[in-house]
Amino acid sequence: MKICGWGRYPTIDAKVLLPQTHGDCTNFLKSNQIVLPRGMGRSYGDSANSSVVIQTSYLDHFIEFDVSTGVLTCEAGVSIREILQLIVPKGWFMPVTPGSSFITVGGAIASDVHGKNHHLSGTFSEHLLSLELMLGDGEILSVAKDVYPDLFRATCGGMGLTGIILSASFQLKPIQSSQIIQSTIKTNCLEEIYEQFESNYASTYSVAWIDCLTKGKQLGRSLLILGEHLQDGVLEFKKQKTLNLPFDIPKLFLNHHSIKAFNAIYYHRVFSKIKTEVIPLERYFFPLDSIGNWNRLYGKAGFVQYQFVLPIAAGVKGMRQILEVIVGSGKGSFLAVLKAFGTANKNFLSFPIKGYTLALDFKTSKETTELIKKLDSMVVEMGGRIYLTKDALMSETSFKKTYLQWEQFEEVRAKYGAIGKFASSQSKRLGLR
Amino acid sequence: MKKILIIGATSAIAEATARIWAQRGDELFLVARNQERLNVITEDLKVRGSSGVHSYCMDANNFEEHLPMINTAYDVLCNIDIVLIAHGTLSNQKECEHSVELTMQEIKTNTLSVIALLTDLANRFEAKGSGTITVISSVAGDRGRASNYVYGSAKAMVTAFASGLRQRLHKSNVTVITIKPGFVNTPMTAEFKNGLLLVKPATVAAKIVKAIDEKKSEVYVPAFWWTVMAVIKTIPNKMFKSLNL
Repeated sequence: MKICGWGRYPTIDAKVLLPQTHGDCTNFLKSNQIVLPRGMGRSYGDSANSSVVIQTSYLDHFIEFDVSTGVLTCEAGVSIREILQLIVPKGWFMPVTPGSSFITVGGAIASDVHGKNHHLSGTFSEHLLSLELMLGDGEILSVAKDVYPDLFRATCGGMGLTGIILSASFQLKPIQSSQIIQSTIKTNCLEEIYEQFESNYASTYSVAWIDCLTKGKQLGRSLLILGEHLQDGVLEFKKQKTLNLPFDIPKLFLNHHSIKAFNAIYYHRVFSKIKTEVIPLERYFFPLDSIGNWNRLYGKAGFVQYQFVLPIAAGVKGMRQILEVIVGSGKGSFLAVLKAFGTANKNFLSFPIKGYTLALDFKTSKETTELIKKLDSMVVEMGGRIYLTKDALMSETSFKKTYLQWEQFEEVRAKYGAIGKFASSQSKRLGLR
Repeated sequence: MKKILIIGATSAIAEATARIWAQRGDELFLVARNQERLNVITEDLKVRGSSGVHSYCMDANNFEEHLPMINTAYDVLCNIDIVLIAHGTLSNQKECEHSVELTMQEIKTNTLSVIALLTDLANRFEAKGSGTITVISSVAGDRGRASNYVYGSAKAMVTAFASGLRQRLHKSNVTVITIKPGFVNTPMTAEFKNGLLLVKPATVAAKIVKAIDEKKSEVYVPAFWWTVMAVIKTIPNKMFKSLNL
């Protein structure tokens, strides 16, 4: 069966195994040389690609939910969407959620995902109380920050390369309403959006949409979108009707002009300097989830999502240099996203470091591959790094230069028998054993 | 709040259906062969909001276990509003062709055990004069085809039996529903690669719950299978026998 990531590039012919019990997992580990656990396949590149994948679709059970303390325990295959349907009506919310709810808990841990509150709340793993991990030999360990700490630090953000995450227990966050007060602040250039991020650091959620096509004075013009939970109101998580793109959008419609027009409309739809509205949390956190397979927007060839972070030291200058290259290429995308990160955690491969992260899509093509190579070298030079969950193209050298703890990661994998047992197309490309 | 007995509760379709009922707060009595999986599903359904989940480990092919199971279900639930019979195996057609034993086994699992259960349950529902009996058959039962006629003929009898039962129990205000799924994406069908025709267990589950709420009789899931099977049924044998279906 052909499988791929959300970017639909690259694809791989894989055997997809669907365990229903822990026993099935053990058997699959025994009967296959090299495997990789996989959730909903929502990482963008090739990090969930492998010739044999153990997909957790049927390990999707809740185990315990303490409504009074907000501690939730569930199997790795449960999606954030399912969780929200359960917890929001009871007055709880995910401590950290990425921009899609169609991801599994196992995937959230393996990617150590971040959200719009990273600057204050850190990554998902920072809210984990414990997780159950099946090692390559079938042994199950209960792992936490202070129980097998080395394995915890390798597994969170470890891209599924330490074992199969079976279940996890984490602390939810209380909410009084399922509505979000959204404030949109319009800024005219990159320097201004940086200032706005700084002065709104106390805002619970913040993210900026940034125009990656406009040159000159207005380079980096953005909309900063802040969010706070409403303090009182209804608690509901509606089953939104999703619209599906039934076919790939033909090449013709996705070109420099259409994207530029979209960007201009998106930017100018906010007239005033600040606009405040109250919206349901689905719309604030998961704007793209209402379009079933928006990845088809980029046509058959698929796309590469590129997300990097630059350390604070690189400053707005560094970001400006990179943005100039992107704008100059004219290859920017519909939705590019800028976000301020808080401090890094101790996990070996977790992506966020204190600084600014930019994420954008590029339609797959020869030119984009060249462009990304160029961007990679700039990011590496400035002491930044690329998000493994989005990556499809990074070189081994860039990886080892930017994820400085990769050797410790490999040592822990060796210690717990993961080397030669768990691998992905990405891990091979990046020179992990 | 409904009281519901689910036989074959670990099947993907039954589990997805149970999740909808649990969310509604219904009380569930689950029957399946695998105790480990029953335990996992029981806890899950409790978290999802079921007002009570009970489990019972039984192999439907041991007919002598049926009566104690049904008695226990009535003892525990006090009353049963809905029964969902969802157990079954997808026969390996090629292997069946070379094994009488295997073929008989498949018929036993997919037909005889279902009929044994239906016979007893029908009388209890008839006596009470209310409730819904739902059984999962298959589009494969509409016409035997070379590619899976063992499974198909087994389901054909389930369909015919349920049809008769529906007429009989109509007088007693009992609804009998036959669900006929096409290809469903479950571990049972993991080998099929027919991506376009596959539907999710959750989709079938939603249709089952709706069919029960609306007291339907026969339901094809998705609905287009009604048309497909109507066409297949009308092909003359002269032509049909040379088709590769």
